[in-house]
Amino acid sequence: MSELAFANLSVSYDGRVAVHPLTLNVASGGWLCLIGPNGAGKSSVLRSMCGLVAHGGSVTVAGIDTAAMSTRRRSRALAFVPQVPVLPADMTVYEYVLLGRSPFISYFGVASAKDRATATEVLGELDLADFSQRRLETLSGGERQRIVLARAIAQGSPVLLLDEPTSALDIGHQQQALELVDRMRRERGLTVVSAMHDLTLAGLYADRLALLHEGGLVAQGSPAEVLRAEILSEFYGVNVRVHYEDDGTAIVIPNRRARA
Amino acid sequence: MTTYRRGWVWLGAAIVLLAAAVVLGVMIGPAGTLSSANWNIIWNVRMPRVALAALVGAMLSLAGASYQGVFRNPLVDPYLLGAAGGAGLGATIVIAFGRATTSDWFVDPLPLAAFVGAIAAVTITYLAGAAFGSMSTSTSLVLAGVAVASLTSAIQAFVLQRSSDGVIRTVYNWLLGSLVKASWHDVRLVLPYVVVSGAVLLAHRRHLDVLRVGDDEALTLGLNVRRIRIVVVAAATIGTAAVVSVSGLIAFVGIVVPHAVRMVCGGSYRRVLPISIAVGAAFLILADIPGRMLQNPAETPLGVVTAFCGAPFFMVLLRTRRATV
Repeated sequence: MSELAFANLSVSYDGRVAVHPLTLNVASGGWLCLIGPNGAGKSSVLRSMCGLVAHGGSVTVAGIDTAAMSTRRRSRALAFVPQVPVLPADMTVYEYVLLGRSPFISYFGVASAKDRATATEVLGELDLADFSQRRLETLSGGERQRIVLARAIAQGSPVLLLDEPTSALDIGHQQQALELVDRMRRERGLTVVSAMHDLTLAGLYADRLALLHEGGLVAQGSPAEVLRAEILSEFYGVNVRVHYEDDGTAIVIPNRRARA
Repeated sequence: MTTYRRGWVWLGAAIVLLAAAVVLGVMIGPAGTLSSANWNIIWNVRMPRVALAALVGAMLSLAGASYQGVFRNPLVDPYLLGAAGGAGLGATIVIAFGRATTSDWFVDPLPLAAFVGAIAAVTITYLAGAAFGSMSTSTSLVLAGVAVASLTSAIQAFVLQRSSDGVIRTVYNWLLGSLVKASWHDVRLVLPYVVVSGAVLLAHRRHLDVLRVGDDEALTLGLNVRRIRIVVVAAATIGTAAVVSVSGLIAFVGIVVPHAVRMVCGGSYRRVLPISIAVGAAFLILADIPGRMLQNPAETPLGVVTAFCGAPFFMVLLRTRRATV
């Protein structure tokens, strides 16, 4: 069953097409990773899904068109982790994660006991309980990424959108963050759509890859189908080789130009 | 949990400060302290003045904090979108074109013109910003506000340039802000606006907290950012226009008070808004005291005192704490 479906999703900015009509399905509990060079339209796809930019075509979550949803309803269906989240310096981790419950609080209401319990529970699940009273400005890069993820998880949405979740992290924290996403995906049955630059990591965690190039979908499929040297060199304009481990993991390695 | 409790402590402290300011404001004046002053002066001169100072200070501080919240900009005050320019222009026109002949009118045209001018200017700003803005809405709104403020001050300068020295002096004094003529009538006039606008703004303090993560993320958290911005700006503007119409343009309160509160009690609007009300009221009551005493029997304009006292205080705060919104 496909949890998430794009039908002819397109995005343009002032007449310039950023995403050509895109049709894709993501199975419930699946992880789709959008890859492609800078400017290929990965972020535009993610941002159009959560209503940040206007789009043509449709996005449906569990069969319901997001265009028919109110802002609040959509935020219960899709949780978004932006590339560079805004972290108010003197807010505590607990207050920040509690923001994830906003879609469930009525207009003039305040966070209910259930909302607070959910925030506490998510902090516990992500091993952040000790952090709850820390101010955001005191957190390291890896910790920041985890609390932003915690806020998105607290939103309780079935679909999680991640815009380059690991671009600011070192290799250890990249692994930690993606492991966390993967654990949440399995434990909570989340459907994940991420945009990523690191092709090896993308192939390692996502079960499907979609390669965008100049706003169009040029390749999609399992990591083994998409991460091929000839495809990557055509669309990234790079000279790479792809090494396959015995377990099928694809490792993308840039070729160094031969020296005299 | 501790953060919540600390919030109550700070609110309590702010209310104690306000109570102390009220007592001082009533006791001190050119006619002497409580014991020697007669009841008539206390009741008809000082008390309405203290009450009006409290309303004006509370409203400007609350509106300033709310504006800073919806625009996510620490340098913003309630005059951002042209309220000051519009009020100033309205007042200038009334003063320049024969206010003396209107003394038998049913309503005093000066506060009315200031009020209407402020509301009109912000409305024009909003329409222009929404119609022509291709950038993110808040940026285009701020730029439209700059344009409207320039326009109103140009018209104002044109009117003043053709006026007599007396008119210019009167306008100038009005612009600096004053509570000299405060009466219970003024208090009754302004109170409903302040109460309604204050209630609306306080009801949006949680939304302002969500907006701290920016328009985009607030939207993905289910907030109808555009609508909330309109509601908050409208409420803050109506309240600001009402108090400005009776007090003139008192500078600095709308920026300095929310900042001072933020630096001491943290940036959450659940705390900043209510505490700013109490601190803003106390600040303006206290700032009004030297105004009546310094050049007695003449008055020092309130706007001069607020800036003169507020600016150094603000600098000390900036030095000791980091400014955040």
